[in-house]
Amino acid sequence: MTRHVVVRRAGIAVRFRVRALVVGAVLVAVALGIALVNLASGDFAVPLADVVRSLAGQGDAGTHFIVHTLRLPRVLVTLLVGAALGISGAVFQSLTRNPLGSPDFVGLTVGASTGALIVILLLGGSGVPVMIGAVVGCLATSAAVYALAFRRGTQAFRLVLMGIGVSALLEAVNSYLIVKARLAEALAAQVWLIGSVGGRSWTDVAVVGVTLAVVLPVVLALGSHLSMLTLGDETATVHGVRVERSRALLALSAVVLAAAATAAAGPVAFVALAAPHLAARLTRSPGPGILPAAAMGAALMAGSDWVAQRLLPDRDLPVGVVTAAVGGAYLTWLLARSWRRGV
Amino acid sequence: MVDTVDRLRAADLTLAYDERVVTRSLDVTITDGSFTVIVGPNACGKSTLLKALARVLRPRGGTVYLDGAAISSYPSKHVARQVGMLPQTPVAPNGIVVADLIARGRFAHQRMLRQWSPADERAVTEAMRQTEVADLADRFVEELSGGQRQRVWLAMALAQETGILLLDEPTTFLDLSHQFEVLDLCADLHEAGRTVVAVLHDLNQASRYATDLIVMLSGAVVAQGPPSVVMTAELVERVFGIACQVIPDPETGTPMLVPASRARRKGPLLTDSA
Repeated sequence: MTRHVVVRRAGIAVRFRVRALVVGAVLVAVALGIALVNLASGDFAVPLADVVRSLAGQGDAGTHFIVHTLRLPRVLVTLLVGAALGISGAVFQSLTRNPLGSPDFVGLTVGASTGALIVILLLGGSGVPVMIGAVVGCLATSAAVYALAFRRGTQAFRLVLMGIGVSALLEAVNSYLIVKARLAEALAAQVWLIGSVGGRSWTDVAVVGVTLAVVLPVVLALGSHLSMLTLGDETATVHGVRVERSRALLALSAVVLAAAATAAAGPVAFVALAAPHLAARLTRSPGPGILPAAAMGAALMAGSDWVAQRLLPDRDLPVGVVTAAVGGAYLTWLLARSWRRGV
Repeated sequence: MVDTVDRLRAADLTLAYDERVVTRSLDVTITDGSFTVIVGPNACGKSTLLKALARVLRPRGGTVYLDGAAISSYPSKHVARQVGMLPQTPVAPNGIVVADLIARGRFAHQRMLRQWSPADERAVTEAMRQTEVADLADRFVEELSGGQRQRVWLAMALAQETGILLLDEPTTFLDLSHQFEVLDLCADLHEAGRTVVAVLHDLNQASRYATDLIVMLSGAVVAQGPPSVVMTAELVERVFGIACQVIPDPETGTPMLVPASRARRKGPLLTDSA
């Protein structure tokens, strides 16, 4: 039984599925809860009450330094990157009508990696230049995939296949760059390639935060277009969707979100793939809702980072190791289950 | 500007998929308030014409006119409030329930911040009543039977509340009783004031239900008019290449087609082989 709540006030009339609202709220609560725990824990444990007091601007200077300067940027990057990847994945999976149509699989994160590796290994850069490299790499790759797949309008499967082809090519480039590099540089590059939120600064927070603030309203405004597009181009056109324009805008939004997320945290694996899936499953809706996917992405990232910080006693694991392990296990389970069902 | 007052027409239409040209310089007018049925042999361009009329397919040449102006000159949502179309094999995403699918038929009437008005609610309820799918509201679309699914898609098209409704082979894949169920519904819609255009294969059903028949052959319109005038034995033989008699339908008096027996169609060959 699907139940809806309708809000009509001052010329605004929107309808929500009750289940999606509840699931979204719970996921946000979970993500924020884990984030608080991450703020409290580390080399120097801070009681939760002190964390909350410090966030409200009432703590002592020492706690303030630990919470605001050392931990808050990392925690915020974790949440924002998770949300950005969740939205990006939700848009791509709806556009391609394929659960594998996430930025990981259509070449975007690989392209971002190539851009970053060129900056790290060939130009000797770090910090902001690496982020710029990742964004440029991601945008250039998506433009190339789009141009190569475009033939009298785009078709989803052509985009996915072309993305897989371009990914393979860029993976080879990435491997070549690493093999060619000196050991210390190669190590730094490899850590970046796994995806990590360690030692993130307010610059990283700003990059993902501002991108989300700009792009999310666009995606939400086009949300109904996205669900019409899942009915096929013909039906969408008949109902008044300007198919190519809406699709291009949505795809661009998803690309920009993936680019910003990768610039800030590296190519964190599987969050963009798994978050929309899990969200759709929990909300029992035909497609991944944008906000539930964002909340799920944030919760997944926060949870993975919590695990990554605890797995080895004396080391801070890159969060990408955990997301890859969890996401890989999830994908395997999902495929095995659907094959057993004979789908 | 032109002497026609009909809302939907096409002039000098050339339609093509990539290299394959389907129709050349086609002129056709959909009579307002008609139940128009388009018939013709496979691959004669019926569905292609329908797609062009619903501006799903962009013409290679020529123009589709809606209310006197090129259909491409209007905002897309405006067109979507005037002309609806049900494709031959629409696809629903997995896991969508009937009520949600039909509600999506209101897209053209919604704006970013005004997404679910009382008018939307009314239109969806009314569409579900007319198609008798209210009981299916919470079922998944993929678990419905063919007849139920077709009624759900029709409900979605009805929720769009367009004055002109185009249906591409709405009875294909349905058994006889469901075929008549869909056709009766179309006739009801037509009687309620809509212009209905349907591509059909069964010439006897076409003759029964159509007020206006468009007969197509190799991308051209070869006849248009009331079935009683258009549907003749000569025309059927010319268009479908099959000898037949046309007699009055004992139920309705409309033209009814009785194909010649196999022996009479292939006479000499058959007797020789015996």
